[in-house]
Amino acid sequence: MIADLLSNFWVLLAVKVLIVAALIPVAGLVVGFAELKLSAKMQSRVGPYFAGGRWGWAQLLADGIKFFQKEDIVPENADRPVFKIAPALVLMGAVALWVVIPWGPGLVFRDLDVGIFYALAISSISTIGVLMAGWASANKYSLIGGLRAAGQLIAYELPLVLAVVGVVIMAGTMSLEGIVRAQAGWFGEGGPGLPFVIPQFVGFVIFMIAALAELTRIPFDMPIAESELVMGYLTEYSGFRFLFFFLAEFSNMFALSAIAATAFLGGYWMPGLTESQLTFAGPLILVAKVMVLVFLMIWFRWTFPRLREDQLQTLAWKWLIPIALVNIVATGILKVVI
Amino acid sequence: MSIDHDTLRHLSEVSVAVELETPEMTLNIGPQHPSTHGVLRLVAKVDGERCYDVQPVIGYMHRGYEKLSEVRTYPQITTIINRIDWVSGYANEIPFIVAAERLMELEVPERAQYIRLILTEMARIASHLVFNASYPLELGAATPLFFALRERERVLDLLEGVTGGRFHPNFNRIGGVKPAYGAGSQTRKLAQDLPKGFLAETRQAMDRVLEVCDELEDLVAGNEIILARTKGIGTIPPEVAAAYGVSGPNLRASGVRFDLRKVEDYLPYDRFDWEVPVGENGDCWDRWWVRLQEIRQSAKIIQQAIDSIPSGPLQAKVPKVIKVPKGETYVRAENPKGEMGYYLISEGGLGPYRLKIRSASFSNISILPWLLEGVLVPDIIAIMGSLDFVLGDVDR
Repeated sequence: MIADLLSNFWVLLAVKVLIVAALIPVAGLVVGFAELKLSAKMQSRVGPYFAGGRWGWAQLLADGIKFFQKEDIVPENADRPVFKIAPALVLMGAVALWVVIPWGPGLVFRDLDVGIFYALAISSISTIGVLMAGWASANKYSLIGGLRAAGQLIAYELPLVLAVVGVVIMAGTMSLEGIVRAQAGWFGEGGPGLPFVIPQFVGFVIFMIAALAELTRIPFDMPIAESELVMGYLTEYSGFRFLFFFLAEFSNMFALSAIAATAFLGGYWMPGLTESQLTFAGPLILVAKVMVLVFLMIWFRWTFPRLREDQLQTLAWKWLIPIALVNIVATGILKVVI
Repeated sequence: MSIDHDTLRHLSEVSVAVELETPEMTLNIGPQHPSTHGVLRLVAKVDGERCYDVQPVIGYMHRGYEKLSEVRTYPQITTIINRIDWVSGYANEIPFIVAAERLMELEVPERAQYIRLILTEMARIASHLVFNASYPLELGAATPLFFALRERERVLDLLEGVTGGRFHPNFNRIGGVKPAYGAGSQTRKLAQDLPKGFLAETRQAMDRVLEVCDELEDLVAGNEIILARTKGIGTIPPEVAAAYGVSGPNLRASGVRFDLRKVEDYLPYDRFDWEVPVGENGDCWDRWWVRLQEIRQSAKIIQQAIDSIPSGPLQAKVPKVIKVPKGETYVRAENPKGEMGYYLISEGGLGPYRLKIRSASFSNISILPWLLEGVLVPDIIAIMGSLDFVLGDVDR
């Protein structure tokens, strides 16, 4: 009965969409809560404490409800349609990223042949939303923030893609599922396998740095830069439109970490587990790996100050991109030799 | 359609006739802005990220303290003047009280002088900790703030234990300091001194302050990004600093070894062994570093003062109704923000005829237009923050 229903394309699509729609707020809440608590730990604070009874677990839910209650303010001079679409576009980029993440053998919403390429391309849509938000707000701080975001996108899209090219060369496929299988079967079927972070460590580091920049998190949060631009492109947003940006940030953080975990850390795969075991354990393993990367991002955020706009560009064009190119050449040679 | 070589060359010679209009943008930073330390307003003319003209607009916090002082009695004035620079409220009282005492030719008891000195240095530590903590925040690093403010809280608790106020102690009296329980109290004879255990606790707190200085140095000085953001940014040459009347740590960061605690004798600083730290280049980094060193020196001074504090009365003999004899004087002191001076003119009445307040922050921010010419927008914040001003101290 259920199998019959699921074999219908539209039913399956609806189920998948529902799951993604449910997963995103959950991932956002988990990452957001981790950020609240971890930052508190790092700063000798307690963090959220009262909401929900224990450990303040319901703090972000309460925050979310608060945002819904707030007035949705649109500035008088704003470009109204653009101003209103922008948060949705940002969230769309975040949602679309989830489609290709493999959670276990066969547990993927859509295993595209160009999976990793799609993921990196679709994540840039968010930045267009950010630029729209900055432009439409009719606020000078927002405008500077939006333009900074655009500059950042151009500078960091390249190292992000180039860092992954090494992985693609090694795996011989762009499908994320294929990349996981390539890592699991590196030393033949049933072998110990090899997470690509070991041969591709340089690529991994570049990917994480560029991912931080894509997420506009400290040390690359110039588009927001509270102390300079008040709140950057978010300055004029309030209520649930602001919540959209908020949710997109945390969901993006989770999704990009999942891509990094899949490409470099073996994704849902763990040595010693069989295919059927991975079907059940896969999602947990992936989440565990993602949380390690999320922890890294939170750690950076609360340790580093932000760079200046020109230093950010210097880092991308003079360091990351050349190193990534050298990495690709080295990987290519390695592949041929092996 | 194929394009031959000549057409291509022709195309490359065509110039665009339309002039794109790229007017400058006037960016209003403040009065309500996260990094303007209150209600400073900067009108910046920016071209993209580059700003080529900045004019500070002040006066949003003018409270007229100079005029208010003319209609108050001397004991009442300390109440308002420690609201000038509220981050180090206690230190504001000292030059004014000393000015009044000089005109009255009062001899302040040794113990009272030592207590004043200890509390002034504690106010300096509290003020510098706020700066050293909040400056990385302006560059985007949030965590140092919590480390430093935790220790500042300890210092403020001690200050509160003695004076009854964290920010606005109002503790100095002409001729000495306020007895702990108030002059009219029943317990007057029992408790006319510092709270029990204050000195021992202060010594411990100073040890912690020195530790947190090391922690801050680890966290901030070892951070490549902070160094990249502050080194060589906002350099003030010594001559320019002197020309604009920049004083205090900002001046010393430029390499000028000038500290009023060494030059003037308003408190017995000459009895202790301490140094005046100076910077090398006068950039944002040096200004941060000099203040960190000053915290260490202040902690050193306090520890020595605790060791050698004499016993004795807290108050010189003064008449019940305080009248300052006719005359005028200028007393300046090294406040955490820089040189603070009071020009006091007395006509012999209950209050001053005129009280001119020279506050450090006002002169320190007057250098902003010179300093901010041609810098990037993020550097505006980095430079502004490094001058460590308080708006109450600018507008008075």
